[in-house]
Amino acid sequence: MTNHSPPTAIAVKKPGLEERLMSLLDDKKRRYPTYAVLIAGTLLVPFISDNYILEILANSFFYIVLCLGLNIVVGFAGLLDLGYAAFFAVGAYTTGILTSHYGWNFWLTIPAALVFSIMAGMIIGGPTLRLRSDYLAIVTLGFGEITRIAARNLKDISGGPSGLIGISRPSFFGLELNQIQHYYYAFFILVLLAIFVSYRLQHSRLGRAWQYVREDEDAAEAMGINRVAIKLYAYVIGAVFAGIAGCFFAAKMTAISPDSFQFMQSATILMAVVLGGMGKIPGMVVGALALVLFPEVFREIGSMRMLVFGVMLVTMMIFRPQGIWPERRN
Amino acid sequence: MTIFDITIQQLVNGLILGSFYTLVALGYSMVYGIIKLLNFAHGDIYMVGAFVGFTILSFLSGILGDEWTGILASMVLAMIAVGFLGVFIQRIAYRPMLSAPRLSILITAVGVSLVLFNGVMAATYGEYTAFNTGLDYEGITMGHIHITYTQMVMVAATALLMATLHLFISRTIYGKAMRAISIDMDACRLMGIDVNKIIGLTFFVGSALAAAAGVMAGVYYGSIHFFMGFVIGLKAFTAAVIGGIGSIPGAMLGGLVLGLLEAFGTQIPWIGSEWKDVFAFGLLILLLIFKPTGILGRTEIERM
Repeated sequence: MTNHSPPTAIAVKKPGLEERLMSLLDDKKRRYPTYAVLIAGTLLVPFISDNYILEILANSFFYIVLCLGLNIVVGFAGLLDLGYAAFFAVGAYTTGILTSHYGWNFWLTIPAALVFSIMAGMIIGGPTLRLRSDYLAIVTLGFGEITRIAARNLKDISGGPSGLIGISRPSFFGLELNQIQHYYYAFFILVLLAIFVSYRLQHSRLGRAWQYVREDEDAAEAMGINRVAIKLYAYVIGAVFAGIAGCFFAAKMTAISPDSFQFMQSATILMAVVLGGMGKIPGMVVGALALVLFPEVFREIGSMRMLVFGVMLVTMMIFRPQGIWPERRN
Repeated sequence: MTIFDITIQQLVNGLILGSFYTLVALGYSMVYGIIKLLNFAHGDIYMVGAFVGFTILSFLSGILGDEWTGILASMVLAMIAVGFLGVFIQRIAYRPMLSAPRLSILITAVGVSLVLFNGVMAATYGEYTAFNTGLDYEGITMGHIHITYTQMVMVAATALLMATLHLFISRTIYGKAMRAISIDMDACRLMGIDVNKIIGLTFFVGSALAAAAGVMAGVYYGSIHFFMGFVIGLKAFTAAVIGGIGSIPGAMLGGLVLGLLEAFGTQIPWIGSEWKDVFAFGLLILLLIFKPTGILGRTEIERM
């Protein structure tokens, strides 16, 4: 993301919070201890906190995975996707339908969801990624709605407007996953995987190609990058993140309905991505946490939540388009 | 009902639906033509228009009655009020973003849409509001076909608004400035055109037209809801793309084509009314893939 706000003052004597945050993750000597402390701390949380806090944290982890997935599309490749909830619906419905109608084992539905998300990503992305970026945004919005309407109208398989209920809980080596602690750890593993994959992708050949296309599509193409193909990769990988998160969402909730996949869901995830700072992996963690914690802390605002988000979205874009996570300076 | 009756009836339905799509699509297309912004909040402007019109009408109905005089007066007032709202939004949210990357201004537009949508939702507690008027179902009956005067007036009013807009764009100095800016904004600035003022004017006209559509839709369907702008925003964009985005006659044509296609499309047995939104979005996607320039759009040659 190019920063269009005026350059900030360079001469900063004392390292501020931003510099200290950055140095924790950038400095090689400090990086691994920081990670170790963070992971160990997160693993210990269930031993000292109640179910309410675990529920909120598990929910945050779930949004972190979705944000990291959308970040690949919006942050890395610079494509605006307004129907991201559709991919998450694909994963959730795959698990829901296969376990409740066909009696599949939960773990077997994950590869199925993987295949279906890849297919969904290719069906949506394939024909539309040739379009200009703003057309793409509205097409994804349309696809998001089509998916939701289809889930509502195909009553025989998707359960119609009331959705699917009684999705069976997965078991893990004989242990049935029915406690919030189980899902806390399950989503935490997903978060670690998602962060690892995002990080590896960002620093891969593909990651550099995304960055190039995002900054200057024509120049990238002149350099021999197949822009449609690499955009499609971004799309499909983003879809896979959401699809797998959707599987676990279905298992945790045991009930899904088309209402979980409305446009507001996509807008919320996008909000977290923008808030954290598009293209920044630690920013996604911060953005998703802020998004989930905000309504919990300010309980009174309740239904005004999305209104506040809207105002924040506009304000962020005007005054701090790089997000709340500090900019890397080098 | 014979096939002929159904055809005429759907033709009328399609024309009404098409009128709403056209009026909203015009705002999309004008804004896109001038600053290349896909104004996601435009559907919500239509929704706000309906609510503003409703509020004004409930004040005016004591003085002017809740029939044509009252409705017309509240429609005009709602157009002016919402027009200024459009200018205000442009001034606050879009003007600082004009030189920013494309993605940023698109996200800003999504934010504006969220603000309008959730603001109205909070104000109305998410309930449907009944839009009561003194209009009845009187009209002309020919066999099985019944066309109400309300329907006729709506189509006529849309035609009148479109004709006025056409004259405004093609005959006035402001219209000329708009056309010039859509070709080359920087050159216009050098020529002494107050670009910001003209962009503001474009938002005013576009928002006023959407408000007119909102009030008419409220009168026609008899109830308004904070959610009414979302789907019509998408549909109007479809209409703008069908006609060729950025082109004003294109938006007019596209709206009517989409309205008629939808009215007749839902008569196909295996589509049915619950799939009608899918039908319109499917059409949009196919169109964007095979003919993104639309019927009247120009093929754009991008220079580097």
